[in-house]
Amino acid sequence: MEKAIQVKGLQKSYKQLQVLKDVDLEVEKGSIFALLGSNGAGKTTIIKILTTLLKQDSGTAVVNGFDVASKSDNVRQSISLTGQFAAVDLILTGRENLIMIAKLRHLTNPRQIADDLLKRFGLTDAAERRVATYSGGMSRRLDIAMSLIGKPQLIFLDEPTNGLDPEARIEVWKIVRELSDSGTTVFLTTQYLEEAEQLAGQIAILHEGRIIANGTLAELKKLIPPATVEYVEKQPTLEEIFLAIIGKKEEK
Amino acid sequence: MDASNKYFFSDMSVMLGRSMRHIFRSMDTIITVTIMPIAFMLLFVYVFGGAIRTSSTDNYVNYLLPGILLIAIASGIAYTAYRLFMDMQSGIFERFHSMPIARSAMLWGHVLTSLVSNAISVVVIILVALIMGFRSSAGVLSWLAVAGILALFTLALTWIAAIAGLSAKSVDGAGAFSYPLIFLPFISSAFVPTESMTPIVRAFAENQPVTSIVDAIRSLLAQQPVGNDIWIALAWCLGILLIAYILAMRAYKRKAA
Repeated sequence: MEKAIQVKGLQKSYKQLQVLKDVDLEVEKGSIFALLGSNGAGKTTIIKILTTLLKQDSGTAVVNGFDVASKSDNVRQSISLTGQFAAVDLILTGRENLIMIAKLRHLTNPRQIADDLLKRFGLTDAAERRVATYSGGMSRRLDIAMSLIGKPQLIFLDEPTNGLDPEARIEVWKIVRELSDSGTTVFLTTQYLEEAEQLAGQIAILHEGRIIANGTLAELKKLIPPATVEYVEKQPTLEEIFLAIIGKKEEK
Repeated sequence: MDASNKYFFSDMSVMLGRSMRHIFRSMDTIITVTIMPIAFMLLFVYVFGGAIRTSSTDNYVNYLLPGILLIAIASGIAYTAYRLFMDMQSGIFERFHSMPIARSAMLWGHVLTSLVSNAISVVVIILVALIMGFRSSAGVLSWLAVAGILALFTLALTWIAAIAGLSAKSVDGAGAFSYPLIFLPFISSAFVPTESMTPIVRAFAENQPVTSIVDAIRSLLAQQPVGNDIWIALAWCLGILLIAYILAMRAYKRKAA
C-alpha cells in the first residue's frame, strides 16, 4: 500500500514543555485514520506540523510524498485542513465562503463549484445567509465543504464533531465515510472513542508524547485479554433514546 | 514558494474583496470613524473657534481640516488591528495558511482595505467641512499631493495597527494602541498655532510628525509655498512606514511559523 503520511521520530517542545517526545506513524492512502488522545496529548500539534503550520524540532514528516519542512508548498497543494474551530468567515454568506476558497485555489469555475457543494451538503437554502446565523452543524458542514474544494488527496479534520449535537455528529460521520469511499485519505483526531470505532480503519493512541498503540480496531482489541461472555440486559443509551425520539436514528 | 507567489496579486485581491465585504456589512465602523472627527470639527469651529484666532487664515475650518483628517485616520486604523486580531483568533487564519497561497496576501488585503475605508471617511469629512464653510482654491496637483500624503500617513499607521493586531493578547489590547495616535494631533499645530504653547510643549509639538504633516497639507490647500514641511512630513511617514512594516512582518512570521 502507498503511504499518505509517514512520520518518523517527530519531536516538538513548547519552551520547557515537551509535547511530542518521539512520534512514529504511517497512514495508508485512501484510509480513515483516527488519532486518539486526551486533551493536551498533542493531537493538534501533530496536525499543525503535518499541515505546515508549525515546524518540528526534529524528526521527519512526509505528506503525499513531500517533506513538510522542505516541500511545504507541495504539501499545501495536496491537503486541506479543517481545524478545531470552524474555519469559516462568519460575515460572508455560505456561498461567498465557498467561492472565496475556490478562487484562492485558483480554480476555473468558482460559482459552479460553490453551487455543487452547497447542494451536496444540503446548504442551498442557506446559501445567501451569513454564516453567523448558521447552527453548529451547518457551519461544520460548510467548513468541511470548504476543505473539499480543489479535491485534495488528504483531508485533516481536527476534532470534527467537537461541540456538535448527536444529529449533526452523525451527519459529519456520513460525510467522512463518503469522502473515504471516493478515495480521499482522512486523518482525524478525536477524544470520542466511539467516533474512532465508528469511522476509522486505522486507529492510533497518542499518550504522553508517544504513539502507544496503532492498528485496526480488531488488532487493538487483541491487546487486551479476550472478552468473556456475560449476559447483561442491554439498556438503551441516552443517545439512542434521544435519537429515537427525534426520529432520525442513523440507518446502519 | 514560486507556485504561491505567482498568484500573489490574484490572492491579494480575493483577500481585499473579503475584508471590503466585512467593512460594507458593518457600516457602523465607518460611521463611528467619521462621527468623532466631525463632532470635533463642529465643537472647535462653533464652540471654541471664536476664542481661537489663527494668524494664517480667518477661516478656522480651513485651518482645522488637516488635523481633523489625521484624527479620523488614526481612529480608523484601529479597526484594522481589530479585524486582524479576529482573523488570528478564528480558524480561518490556519485554513489560509495551510493552503498554497502567498503568505503575506492576507496581511496586504487588510492593509489595502484600511486604505480604501479611510479614503471613504476622509471624503465624507471633507464634504461636511465644505458645508461648514471650508474652501480651497488648490488645483488638481495640490489635491493629488494632499491625497498622497494622507495615503502614506494611512499606510504608516496601518502597519502600526498590524503590529498591534498581530501581537495583542485581547481585543481591547488590539484597539487600545490607537488612543495615543488620536491624541497626538492635539499637541500639534492642528488646532492652534504652536507659538501659543508653553516652551516644552511647543518644542514637542514642533518636532513631532503630525505638525509637519498638518502644515504641509494646510499650505497645499491654501496654495502657499510648502517649504520644507512636505519633505519632513514625507520623511516621517516613510520612516514610520518602513519600521512598522518590518516589525509587523516579523510579528506575522512568528505567528505563521
